Amino acid sequence: MSRRTPKLARGVALVGAGMSKFGAFADKSSRDLFVEAFNAMANSVDKGMETKDIEALYVGNFSSDLFEGQGHIAPIMADWVGLVPRPATRIEDACAASGVAIREGVIAIASGLYDIVLVSGVEKMTNLPTERVTDTLAAASDAIYEASCGFTFPALYAAMATAYMAKYGAGVEHFMKVGIKNHNNGALNPKAQFNKSIKDLMNSRIEKAKQKGEPVPGWRDELDFLNDPKANPVVAWPMRLFDCSPITDGAACLLLVAEDLARSFSNNPIYIIGTGQGSDHALHEREDLTSILAARTAAREAYDMAGVKPEDIQIAEVHDCFTIAELVAIEDLGFFEPGEAFKATEQGLTALDGAKPINTSGGLKSKGHPVGASGAGQAVEIWCQMRGEAGPRQVPGKDIRLALTHNVGATGGTCAVHIYQRR
Amino acid sequence: MTEEREINSASFYQFLAEKKLMASRCKKCQVLYLPPHPICAKCHGNDMEWVEMKGNGKLAAFTAIAVGPSCTLEEGYDRNNPYLVGVVELEEGPKVSGRIRGLDPKKPENIKVGTPLTVEFLEQGEGKRCFVAFKAR
Repeated sequence: MSRRTPKLARGVALVGAGMSKFGAFADKSSRDLFVEAFNAMANSVDKGMETKDIEALYVGNFSSDLFEGQGHIAPIMADWVGLVPRPATRIEDACAASGVAIREGVIAIASGLYDIVLVSGVEKMTNLPTERVTDTLAAASDAIYEASCGFTFPALYAAMATAYMAKYGAGVEHFMKVGIKNHNNGALNPKAQFNKSIKDLMNSRIEKAKQKGEPVPGWRDELDFLNDPKANPVVAWPMRLFDCSPITDGAACLLLVAEDLARSFSNNPIYIIGTGQGSDHALHEREDLTSILAARTAAREAYDMAGVKPEDIQIAEVHDCFTIAELVAIEDLGFFEPGEAFKATEQGLTALDGAKPINTSGGLKSKGHPVGASGAGQAVEIWCQMRGEAGPRQVPGKDIRLALTHNVGATGGTCAVHIYQRR
Repeated sequence: MTEEREINSASFYQFLAEKKLMASRCKKCQVLYLPPHPICAKCHGNDMEWVEMKGNGKLAAFTAIAVGPSCTLEEGYDRNNPYLVGVVELEEGPKVSGRIRGLDPKKPENIKVGTPLTVEFLEQGEGKRCFVAFKAR
């Protein structure tokens, strides 16, 4: 079956973007996080915005039902920022919920239905103990044929990691290097859940041991620290604690408008010129266990629509829910050949000052992964970087004109890719 | 009469309780589906039949789980007593997720992708539902 090249019937621009602090907040419910993100978004609109002008709300959220005992959250979010009676729609595609919400917002504007749309994501995860968070996340896999034999969410990515190791000769330290790189970026992001480098975390533990008069750990460097099973226990081998994104509360909000309105809101709007989405089988039905068809499909659609190639993209926020996931992502997006991502990471090509900076925000690994908010959170980082507002983590020496976000649901059943342009 | 059972998960698990690992097959395209699908993704027809898998395969991907879901805590697994799961590629072609036994979950670095395995049938929980497992051959 051949398809015409998909295109937007009219252009769409991002004119505001903001997020709550990501972290664990015992006293904040999802609506509190949402309001925090909404206010941050409103403050980012150069020429100001009026809530009454927003015509519709799309909220990405995976499972407020299980995490908070609260279903049907879209009208509540709308109510808490004063949007009632505007249409409010929740989108659930596991961890790709708000990446898909961006796409739905783009489609709604491109179709001509709306001119001004609020796109967002929110997740409040830390109410539950870890084992029940594990159960809830496992609900994003195939309950009947995967979770039934004891597969967890980290385990599915761990299985992809063993397939990747066997196929390409990568080792566990290659995964660790993704985590080290992302923590280095997250250390520069005040909104990150863990805004500390692995080296800082290591040194603070050494300090703590000294203060308490306990035996001082003899870690030589970050890799030595990460190889210590006491400091970095296995979750699902070869994925250890520092290979896994944390359990996070957070929200992010984006204001999308029709292209012809962009300059009336913003001095420096960011245009969304490509959107793509795809689906994939459960892991066991995939021909290749080291690649995600949904991501390759979404990327192809977004690149075709934008008329750009992978090498044109200057920075990207990709879905590093686990360290292996970042390696798979940057291969699926065509930034590196299959089997080359771990070498590229080792060579520093994906670092903040590398040729292709990946996850300058710290990624889900260090910034945090409030699952339904992560896709919108990625767009917040792209907004900051493209406008030169990323502070100490601003990518050095690059005039960023083209950027990309890649947001995956569960093990890749869903992927949404967006391409952003500054003119 | 295996042929008369509907192509769905209830039938799959009924077969499993009878110690049969069953796939569905499109009568037209001969494509095998595991888990059993009721519609062929190639021709989109729904003339499907059950086929029993021999149960031999090799390990395509695996992991040793230290932090499991609550149901495996009830089975007695925890951080000090991990368990193995994997994706197994059957001789007939399809792949399937299952519990892996007969290999050491405490030494996952010694486990090789490609290890030959054969199916076994495990029961868990109060209802003693059977689930897919494999052991090293």
